[in-house]
Amino acid sequence: MTRNPQLNRNGELTHLLTLEGLPADVITHILDTAEPFASIGEREVKKVPLLRGKAMFNLFFENSTRTRTTFEIAAKRLSADVINLNIGASSTSKGETLLDTIDNLCAMNADLFVVRHSQSGAPHLIASHLDAVGWSHVHVVNAGDGRHAHPTQGLLDLYTIRHYKRDFRELTVAIVGDVLHSRVARSLIHGLTTMQTPQVRVVAPRTLVPTRVEALGVQLFNDMREGLRDCDVVVMLRLQSERMKGALLPSAGEYFKHYGLTMEKLALAKPDAIVMHPGPMNRGVEIDSAVADGARSVILPQVTFGIAVRMAVLSIVAAN
Amino acid sequence: MKIEIVNGRAIDPARSLDRVAPVYVSDGAIAGVGERPPQWRAERVIDASGCVVCPGFVDLATRLREPGLEHKATLESELAAAAAGGVTSLACLPDTDPPLDEPGLVEMLKHRARLTNQSRVYPIGALTVGLQGTTLTEMSELAEAGCVAFSHADVPLPDTQMLLRAMQYAGTFGHRVWLRPQDPHLARGGVAHDGEVATRLGLPAIPAAAESIALATIFALVRETGVAVHLCRLSSAKGVDMVRAAKADGLPITCDVGVHHLHLCDIDIGWFDPLANLMPPLRSTRDRAALRAGLADGTIDALCSDHAPVDDTAKQVPFAEADPGATGLELLLPLTLKWAAEDKVPLTRALAAITAAPAAIIGIDAPGLATGSAADLCVFDPSKAWTVQRESLRSQGKNTPYLGIELVGQVRCTLVAGHLVHEA
Repeated sequence: MTRNPQLNRNGELTHLLTLEGLPADVITHILDTAEPFASIGEREVKKVPLLRGKAMFNLFFENSTRTRTTFEIAAKRLSADVINLNIGASSTSKGETLLDTIDNLCAMNADLFVVRHSQSGAPHLIASHLDAVGWSHVHVVNAGDGRHAHPTQGLLDLYTIRHYKRDFRELTVAIVGDVLHSRVARSLIHGLTTMQTPQVRVVAPRTLVPTRVEALGVQLFNDMREGLRDCDVVVMLRLQSERMKGALLPSAGEYFKHYGLTMEKLALAKPDAIVMHPGPMNRGVEIDSAVADGARSVILPQVTFGIAVRMAVLSIVAAN
Repeated sequence: MKIEIVNGRAIDPARSLDRVAPVYVSDGAIAGVGERPPQWRAERVIDASGCVVCPGFVDLATRLREPGLEHKATLESELAAAAAGGVTSLACLPDTDPPLDEPGLVEMLKHRARLTNQSRVYPIGALTVGLQGTTLTEMSELAEAGCVAFSHADVPLPDTQMLLRAMQYAGTFGHRVWLRPQDPHLARGGVAHDGEVATRLGLPAIPAAAESIALATIFALVRETGVAVHLCRLSSAKGVDMVRAAKADGLPITCDVGVHHLHLCDIDIGWFDPLANLMPPLRSTRDRAALRAGLADGTIDALCSDHAPVDDTAKQVPFAEADPGATGLELLLPLTLKWAAEDKVPLTRALAAITAAPAAIIGIDAPGLATGSAADLCVFDPSKAWTVQRESLRSQGKNTPYLGIELVGQVRCTLVAGHLVHEA
C-alpha cells in the first residue's frame, strides 16, 4: 500500500496533497502563517522575499482561471519565478506521459509544482514519483484533482470560517449541492472534522451524494430546509452546467427550487450565518443574486484570503 | 527421462492421497507412487525433503497477451511464469489483439505454445467476432481448433438478447459459456468498489449491484436454456449468496474467484495505488470474507490467478487511467497457501481448488498422482518464505500489489508431461 507522501519523516509538510490525515496543528500552523500575509496585499509593495530564486510551475492539466491566478499571485508575492503551463489534451496526444512531463520539468530545475488534474490521485502519483527517483526536494501542491481533493480551497474555507466565526468547535456547517463530484466538499469536510467541528452537514439530492458519505463524519440531509436550520455557515457548491439537465437532475429550475439558496431559505440558518461559495457561481442555479451579493455573503473575502492561504502553503512546503 | 522424486509429501486431492511416498516418472507419465516400478533405474533423483509433491496447478484465467499485445507480455515470458508458479495447464482468455475469434489464430497459438514445450495451453474462444458483440463466432470450428469454452473476457456484451443467442448457440454444440458477471451500465466509467474508500478518494465507483444484476440475468437465461455457464471471478458477498442459492436450485453453473480477491480489499488501494486497480474491483472486507467462506464451503468451485501482465507505462499513471489487473501465475501457490493457513483449510482441500476443480471446469482430466496419469507435477516447499520483487518474477508483468511483500510457499520444480520445465 502506498503511504501518504505529504509528510516527511519529521511530520513536516513537504507536499500538500489532501487535508485528510493532516494533523490539526499543521492546519492551524498554515492558517496562522496566512494571517500576516493577508495584509501584504494592502501594502504599497506587495512582496516578501521568502521564495526568491525558486521556480514554481503552475501545471494545469485541466482548465482553471481563478485557482491558477491566485497561485500565481501568491507565488509572485513571495518573489518566486512563476511558469504557467496549460497542458490540455494536446500533450497526451503527443504521447508524453504525465511522469515524463514531470521529469522534464525537474530537469529544468523546478522547485515547486502546483498541479491540477482531472484524475483523482494525480498529484499523489507525482509526489510518490519524485520521492522514488530522489527529487524529494521538489514539492507538489495539489490545486484540485478529479473529485478527490482541493486542499488549498479547503484551507481558505477554514481560514474564512475562522476569520468570521473563531471557534470551529461550536459550529454547525452545511455544505449544499453536488457533493458527488466535488473535491471542494471533500477537502472542507476533512478540514472541518479535523478541527473538531461538531456538526458538518451535507445537503443534496440523492443523485449527487456519494455512497456512504456519512463515513466521512457528516450528517446527510435531502431536505435543504432541514439541513440549513440553525447553521452558522452555509457553503454552496458549484453545479457544473453539464450536470444541470440529464441523468442526475431534470433541470436547473427544479434544482434551484429545492437546493438553490434564497433569502427565504437562508432565514432558517442562524441570523449571523455566513454564506460561502468556491466560485465561479451560477446565479439563479445554486444561489440567488440577492444572497450572493447580500450582507452575509463572504464570497469575495474568500478569494482575497485564498491568496494569503496559498502564500502560507507555498512558503511552508518550500521551507521543509 | 526417468525421474524419481523422493522424500516428499505426495498429495493428490482428487484421490485423497496424502502421505510421504516416492513418485516415479517415466515416459511422460506417472510410473508409480510409493511402489517402485519393476526394473527401475532413475536417471534423475529429486530430493523433495520437506516439500509437497502434487499435481500441477490448473489456472482458469491467464492472459498470455499474444497475439498483438507483446509489449505487455509474450507467450514465452508467461509460460515461463506459469512453470515457475507450478501451473502446468492454463486456460487463456480471448481478449488479445485480434481476439481469439478465428480457428487460424487458435491453431497458431496452440502450435506456438507446444513449441515452447512448457505448460499446456487451453484457449477460450471469443463468443462474438472481434468481441464486438454483433456476430457469433464459428464456435464449432474454434472448438476443433482447440478452444475448450467460449467467453467475452472482460468486454461487455451489448445486450441481453445477444447474450441469450450466444448461450443458445454455444449450447447447441455442448460448449460451456464462461461469463464474468458485471452489468455494463452500472459499471460504466467505474474503477473502484462503490463504498467508503471510493467516496473518500473521489474515484468513480462500481456498485456490487452490477454483479448481482448480471448474475440474476445469467441465472434466468440458464433456467431458460439449460446451457452450462461458468462464472468467472466473483467479487461480492451478494454474488456468493446468489450462486449458493442457484446451485441449490440445481442450475448447471460453476464459479471461480481470483486469488487477489481472497486477500485484498478496497482499503488496499491506499493512496491511489494503481497496482491495486483490478477488475472486478477489490470490494469491502465483508465481501472478501464472503468470498473466502464461499470458496471454503464449495459454493465457489475454483481459485484462479486472474493473471494480467501490464506494462509499467500503463500502470504509472493516475489510478483511474491505469490498465486494470495484476500478474498472478507466480503468486497463485503462495496466496492459496496463505488463505489455507489463515482460514484453517486443510492443504488437500486448498490444493483441490487449483488442481482438480479447475480441471473439471475446463473439461480436462485432472493431473493426478496415479500410475498412468500424465506427469504434470509441482514440487513445492510449503514453508519457504520469499519476497516478491520485480527481479523474482518471470512474468513480463511486474505489476502486483504484493511487490515487496514476503509470502510463504515456493515452487521447487515443475514437470509437464514428465519434462522438468522449471527448477529453482
